[in-house]
Amino acid sequence: FIPGVNSKKKQMCFDWGPGEMLVCETSFNKKEKSESMPGCPFIYIIRKDVDVYSQILRKLFNESHGIFVGLQRMEEELTGKSRKAQLVRVSKNYRSVIRACMEEMHQVAMAGKDPAGGRQFISQVSILSVMELIWNLCEILFIEVAPAGPLLLHLLDWVRLHVCEVDSLLADVLGGENPSKHESFWKLVTVLVLQGRLDEARHMLSKEADANPASADMCRVLGDLMRTMPVFSPGNAQTLTELELKWQHWHEECKRHLQDGTFASSPQLESLCKIMLGDEAAMLEHKERLSTWYHFLVTRLLYSDPTVKPTDLHFYAQSSLDLFLGGESSPEPLDNILMAAFEFDIHQVIKECSIALSNWWFVAHLTDLLDHCKLLQSHNLYFGSDMREFLLLEYASGLFAHHSLWQLGVDYFDHCPELGRVSLELHIERVPLSTEQKALKVLRICEQRQMTEQVRSVCKILAVKAARSNRLGAALSWSIRAKDAAFATLLSDRFLRDYCERGCFSDLDLIDNLGPAMMLSDRLTFLGKYREFHRLYGEKRFVDAASLLLSLMTSQIAPRSFWMTLLTDALPLLEQKQVRAELGVPVLCGVGVAELLCLQPSPRGSLHVSSHPLRKSSVQGRKVACSEVIFSAEQTYELMRCLEDLTSGRPVRGDPDAQQLQDDDVESTKVEMLRLALARNLARAVVREGSLGGS
Amino acid sequence: MEEIYAKFVSQKISKTRWRPVPPGSLQTAETFATGSWDNEVPALAGWENYVSLWSIGDFGNLDSDGGFEGDHQLLCDIKHHGDVMDLQERIVAASSTGCVTIFLHHPNNQTLSVGQQWARAHCHSGPGSPSCNGAPCTGVVCSNPEIVTVGEDGRINLFRADHKEAVRTIENADSSTLHAVTFLRTPEILTVNSIGQLKIWDFRQQGNEPSQILSLTGDRAPLHCVDRHPNQQHVVATGGQDGMLSIWDVRQGTMPVSLLKAHEAEMWEVHFHPSNPDHLFTCSEDGSLWHWDASTDVPEKSSLFHQGGRSSTFLSHSISNQANNVHQSIISSWLSTDPAKDRIEITSLLPSRTLSVNRGNLLILDKLTEPFELS
Repeated sequence: FIPGVNSKKKQMCFDWGPGEMLVCETSFNKKEKSESMPGCPFIYIIRKDVDVYSQILRKLFNESHGIFVGLQRMEEELTGKSRKAQLVRVSKNYRSVIRACMEEMHQVAMAGKDPAGGRQFISQVSILSVMELIWNLCEILFIEVAPAGPLLLHLLDWVRLHVCEVDSLLADVLGGENPSKHESFWKLVTVLVLQGRLDEARHMLSKEADANPASADMCRVLGDLMRTMPVFSPGNAQTLTELELKWQHWHEECKRHLQDGTFASSPQLESLCKIMLGDEAAMLEHKERLSTWYHFLVTRLLYSDPTVKPTDLHFYAQSSLDLFLGGESSPEPLDNILMAAFEFDIHQVIKECSIALSNWWFVAHLTDLLDHCKLLQSHNLYFGSDMREFLLLEYASGLFAHHSLWQLGVDYFDHCPELGRVSLELHIERVPLSTEQKALKVLRICEQRQMTEQVRSVCKILAVKAARSNRLGAALSWSIRAKDAAFATLLSDRFLRDYCERGCFSDLDLIDNLGPAMMLSDRLTFLGKYREFHRLYGEKRFVDAASLLLSLMTSQIAPRSFWMTLLTDALPLLEQKQVRAELGVPVLCGVGVAELLCLQPSPRGSLHVSSHPLRKSSVQGRKVACSEVIFSAEQTYELMRCLEDLTSGRPVRGDPDAQQLQDDDVESTKVEMLRLALARNLARAVVREGSLGGS
Repeated sequence: MEEIYAKFVSQKISKTRWRPVPPGSLQTAETFATGSWDNEVPALAGWENYVSLWSIGDFGNLDSDGGFEGDHQLLCDIKHHGDVMDLQERIVAASSTGCVTIFLHHPNNQTLSVGQQWARAHCHSGPGSPSCNGAPCTGVVCSNPEIVTVGEDGRINLFRADHKEAVRTIENADSSTLHAVTFLRTPEILTVNSIGQLKIWDFRQQGNEPSQILSLTGDRAPLHCVDRHPNQQHVVATGGQDGMLSIWDVRQGTMPVSLLKAHEAEMWEVHFHPSNPDHLFTCSEDGSLWHWDASTDVPEKSSLFHQGGRSSTFLSHSISNQANNVHQSIISSWLSTDPAKDRIEITSLLPSRTLSVNRGNLLILDKLTEPFELS
């Protein structure tokens, strides 16, 4: 099947995926495909369901999906007659969808520009028509369960529907100048008789009688025989026995006419009469007009046993097949399928169909429908689930392999009680998420089914994708939705790093509105709270800001690596008093001092400090002459302890690297400054608290 | 009088839009455009997304009885790279590749051609991806001659139909995905994002900050669609992920004026009736299309609907027999302080849910036309 692959020469390996197969050869190279590098082995993707990719068949899949879902909902409500009527209607709906599809495809094939595509369409039309043929027969035998009498009527309709050349022939003959002189006139009459369309045959005979007075008498007699042939009519109250009796009389009369030689002078009319007597040899003379053995079967039943019972069908079917083929050719798959149906062997029908037909659509839907008719209960497969479910799963997997039809597959999985959910879980994770909108649709499918694991994985995929394209805000909101604490921590770290580098927060609209989602991870909580500190500071609520800052460190929410930044942030708060002490003098407080002290030729160090975010705000803060001591004595002790914790935990510096040394200089200056500020603040706080307590 | 026509089109339709009719014309809209999505297979030729133009009018083949031929026929289509994310009437299509395209329709030979294209209108950029990857453009709105687009990259672009380059771009306008955009007053636009915020942007201001932020409190449910009241520009309706319909008054407060529980799944589109704004239409992922009637004195509307299954189009015309007589009260009925549900009549417009398990191949009735039929 695969161009250029020769499994005999080269070694092959393959792997099954859902709906497709990967085949590759280790040392195979094909020149035609230029996009791959020379010497690089090809990997072929082989799809099981090629039909899924047809534009027109897609309508079949879509429309039948609606019918399928409707059928599952109808379930159980109805009983008895109305239920059967419903099921028959569903079956007819399926068939009409197949027919509509067939017609459209036929039109396209006829109008087609390229012959290759046209041929493909023609072959698909024939596949569809075979499907419809089988479905129709199954409908008559299994769903309708027609009893003796109506059974034959249904079978006649079945044959008439599928052997439809006669209609064009009829139009052709009647359209001519002189119908009875038309070269196909007798062919037409014979076909009409073979199909049991006796009224029309009579009409044709009357034309012959008008044109040819010599045979007018014979035509009249045969026409009368046709008219008087007793047939079952559904509305009629007559019993089958009555019908059989009448039919016997009619049969005798026909036989008498034949024996009397009424039609001896016209071989055509005599042959027609023989057919009406159920003469098999006479029928088989018109083999090419019958075209198929099942047509022969129905004609034979019509004229020899019109009240055939369903149970007797398969004897007739087998013998008809044998007679028709006459040992010349062996039965084809279609013959086997129909034969199995006539034998009422549903499982054989489905098995043969699965082998013969190129897609799962047919067997899956038919089996499902038959299952709803309660015909399949007894049968269990060795693996996992019953046959209905097995076939539906196969079909749905095929849909999922399709880039666009995957949404249909979901409903099929939903109606597989045993393995449907598991399969859906496996498949839904593999749907490519090209846009967020598509992802949202996938998410909705998962959420409706409480598939939390899949929801999480989809959100995580989106979060990672957003993070890769530097959309931290979007990534964070997805990881919050996924409740993915680890990734949220990672993202929070990135936010904090960005903040350290740029001195301002990005995506404030998100961080300011985290709400309860903040509790997802410690780091995220810290991020949110740290931002809150900045907001409080901006709003000049220094006391609140200070206690928040302290609690961030004491509650261990803040990562240790960030403590230094936090302590530096505390500097302007510690030095607020200075503003008052040195009024009128341009005071550098907080980070400002640090900046002044750190004006050393260290690009990294100075950059770090000068870009500190609080620089601006500390300058603003300076203008507010604040007489309050912001950190209380107790709080100052806490801060001191934090600072000592931090510095004592430091590794002993042993690296003589100049850069490192400078960094350390900056660092140690900072620490010194902090100590100074802390001490001063402590002094003020003690004085103040003492005086407050004293007064 | 309610009729629904369905047709299977072998694509998944993401958007439909009526072609606008000249104001004052009594004609009904007869042509509409559709965009498909999720139909692209790089490996297989012939599988592409399409922007198509359809007609429901009696183009060429007049019925023998002169009646309304319900079946829609394809007029023309054109390949479109990427999913069609949004569509506007003239026809401006937004693509999942980040591309924005204006298509021109040539009525004399019934073809579509590309008029103007901005290839990388939306893209992710940064150190991680130096070669600007296209980001899906999620929404587009036009107001002759300006076109505003928003995308998953959180960027807002302002284009002019005759300019090759964007007139104005606001980078990182939003930290999360922007889902939809609409014009508020001429230089102002309104965007909704995936963390439940409404932002108003004023193109007269130079900065990259919105002039106002309104937000849902609590669960921050993403908002997917937005539409402005045609006459009262401060009234805005949005639809969110939880299927809630929110009505906002952008003049006051940062919270929605009313929140109405509506659909069971994502609300993908919301639209006011352009000439009869007491009527609102919403559609959702759960496959339903609703008609909201906030007018108290107008009798039951009659509607004509076209509906289809998953891969077909939904369209709708609303026909109001009294539309001309509706007096617009000064205070919009949408902003009444007590938005008691019983005052708002909700009609579900798609009769059977079975057929329309459509997973949001959304419809929409965009240009509801002037009332054109009395019944």
